Amino acid sequence: MNYREFRYRRLKEFLHAVRNNKMALVGSLTLLFFLLVAIFGPIFVPFSTLEFGEVEDMLLPPGGEHLLGTDDMGRDVLANLISGARISLLVGVLATAISMVIGCAIGIVSGYFGGRIDQLLMRFTDFFLVIPWLPLMMVLAAVLGTNIWNIILVIGITSWPGSARVVRSQTLSVKERQFVERTVSIGASSGHIMLRHILPNVFPLVFANTVLVAAIAITSETTLSFLGLGDPSQASWGMMLHYAFESGAASAGAYWYYLPPGFCVVAVVLAFTLMGYAFDEILNPKLKNR
Amino acid sequence: MKSKRIFIKIIYAVITIFAVLVFNYFLFRVLPGDPLAVLARNPKASPEMLEATRRLFGLDQPWYVQFFQYFKNMLTGDLGTSYYFRQPVASVIGSRIMPTVIMVGLAEVVAIILGIAMGVVAAWKRGTKLDLGTLGFSLITYSMPTFWLGMVLVVIFSINLHLFPTSGILTPGMTYPTIAAMLADYIRHLIMPMFTLSIVLFGEYALTMRNTLIDVLSEDYITTAKAKGFSNGYVLRKHAMPNAMLPMVTIIAMNLGLVVAGTIQVETVFSWPGLGSLMYEALKARDYPLLQGVFLLVTVSVVIANLIADITYSYIDPRVKD
Repeated sequence: MNYREFRYRRLKEFLHAVRNNKMALVGSLTLLFFLLVAIFGPIFVPFSTLEFGEVEDMLLPPGGEHLLGTDDMGRDVLANLISGARISLLVGVLATAISMVIGCAIGIVSGYFGGRIDQLLMRFTDFFLVIPWLPLMMVLAAVLGTNIWNIILVIGITSWPGSARVVRSQTLSVKERQFVERTVSIGASSGHIMLRHILPNVFPLVFANTVLVAAIAITSETTLSFLGLGDPSQASWGMMLHYAFESGAASAGAYWYYLPPGFCVVAVVLAFTLMGYAFDEILNPKLKNR
Repeated sequence: MKSKRIFIKIIYAVITIFAVLVFNYFLFRVLPGDPLAVLARNPKASPEMLEATRRLFGLDQPWYVQFFQYFKNMLTGDLGTSYYFRQPVASVIGSRIMPTVIMVGLAEVVAIILGIAMGVVAAWKRGTKLDLGTLGFSLITYSMPTFWLGMVLVVIFSINLHLFPTSGILTPGMTYPTIAAMLADYIRHLIMPMFTLSIVLFGEYALTMRNTLIDVLSEDYITTAKAKGFSNGYVLRKHAMPNAMLPMVTIIAMNLGLVVAGTIQVETVFSWPGLGSLMYEALKARDYPLLQGVFLLVTVSVVIANLIADITYSYIDPRVKD
C-alpha cells in the first residue's frame, strides 16, 4: 500500500483502540458532551450572562424559569455555566496550542541539533521549570492585564517547558531511526528534516502529553480567575467561582451557585486526564503491560 | 567524585537564583505606566514633590544604576517598602512565614505518610476495589481546583457540621486563660486548611508509590527473595520498600510547584495569614514591591528545596555514579 493508505490504516487502528479503551471512551464522550453544550447550549437557555437581574431575582434556588437558580446578581446560573463551557474550552485549547507550538519548536530543535544548542535550550527550559507556576502566572497576569487573550498567552508561555522536555526526548529517539539518516544522506536541509520528518513522527508520541497540558490549562484559567485575575467580561467557570466566593455564597447556602461550576471543571479536567493516560497507554506500547 | 558533582549542583543553583533575581527585576520594570501614578493622581501633588519622590526612590537614575542598586539591596535583605502595608517588605513577609511553614509542613507530613501507606496497600492489593478506589480518589482530587475543594470542605465541616471555624488563625476577640487554650484554638483553625492541602498532595504521592511499588514487585530480585522463603511482609519491608522509596524523594521535590499553588489557594480560601494569602493580598492591592518580594522568596525557596532533594537523592541511591 502507499503512504496515504498506511496513514489512514494507522488512524483507524488508533480510533479502534480508543473505542476499546474504557478510560478514553469516558473521557472523549464527556468532552464531546461539553463541546456540544458550549456550541448549542445558548439556544436552549436564552438568558443573558452579564446583565444584572432584578433585585428580587437574586440568589433564587433552582426551579421554574431558572433551572439552576440565579446568582447574587440575578443572572441565570445555567446560562453562565454554558458560557463558561465555551470560555474554558476555548482557553484550554488555545493555551495548549501556544504551549505545544513553542514546546515542539524548542524540543525538536534542541533534540535534533544536540550539543551546545541542546545544552543552552535545556538550561533555559529548566529555569522556567523551576519557577513555581502559580506565582509566575499571577505575576505575569498582574503585569500584562486581565483580558482573556492575555490569560491565554500567560498560560501558554508558562506551560511550554514541560512540553519541550517531552518533545525533546521523543525527538532524540526518532532521530536515531534509519529514515533520518537516509534523508540526511540525500542532502536534505535540517529545517526540512525537522519539519517534514521529525515533527510528524514525534507528534503521535507527544499527543498524550498535549491532552494533559490541556487539563492543566483549564485548571490554571479557573484558578487565575478565582484569584481575581480573570477577565471580568467573560463568564468562565473560574469567574463564577470567584464571584461566588466573594459574595459569600457558601455561607449563604447557595449551593447551586458554587457547586455546578466546580463539578464542570472537575468533569472536563478529569476527562482530559483520562484521555491523556489512555492515549499514553495506546500510543506507548511499553506501558501496556502494567 | 561525589563532592565535585554536588559542588556543580550548588553552583548551578546559585546561577539559577541569580537568573531569578534578574528576571524578577525586569519583570516588574516592564510595567506600563509610571510607578508614581498613584501619587500623581492626588491633585495636591506638585511637580516638585513628584520629582522629590522620584529622587527618593531612585527612579530618576538610568536603568543600570537602578539595577545595581537593586542587587545591592537584595544582598543586604532590603526588599523595598510595601505600598499597602507601608512597612519594609521584609518585615511584612517575616510576620507571615511561620503560619505557612507550620501548615504546609504538617500537610506534607500527613500527605506523605498517608500517601505511602495507601500506595503500598493499593499496589499490594492491585486490581481490587481498594486499589481502584485509591486511584479514583487520586484522579478526582487531582482534577479538582484546590480552592474549590476548600470551599466544599468549608461548607460540609464548618458551616453545616460546625466542627471547625471557617477562617482565620485564631478566633477574633478571644482571650485565652492558658497557653494550652490558645494552642487548642490555633489547632482548631489549622485543621481545615491543613487537611485540604493534604488531600491535594496525597493523590500524587499515593499514585506514585503505587506505580513504583508495582514496578519494583515485578523485578526478579523480589521473586528470588520469595523463593528463598521469606514471608511476604519481610520481602515488602526489606526488599521492595527501600527501592520504591527512592522516586518518592524526586516526586516530593517535583511536587513543590503544586505545593506552592495549593498553599496560595488554601490560604486564600481559609484566610490563613501566611505567605500564600499575602501574595493574594499583594496582588489585589497591586502592591508591586511586596508582590516582587514574595515571588522572590517563594522561587528561591523552591530552587533551594530542589537542590537539597537532588543532593539527598544522590546519597540515597547507590546507583548514582560518582
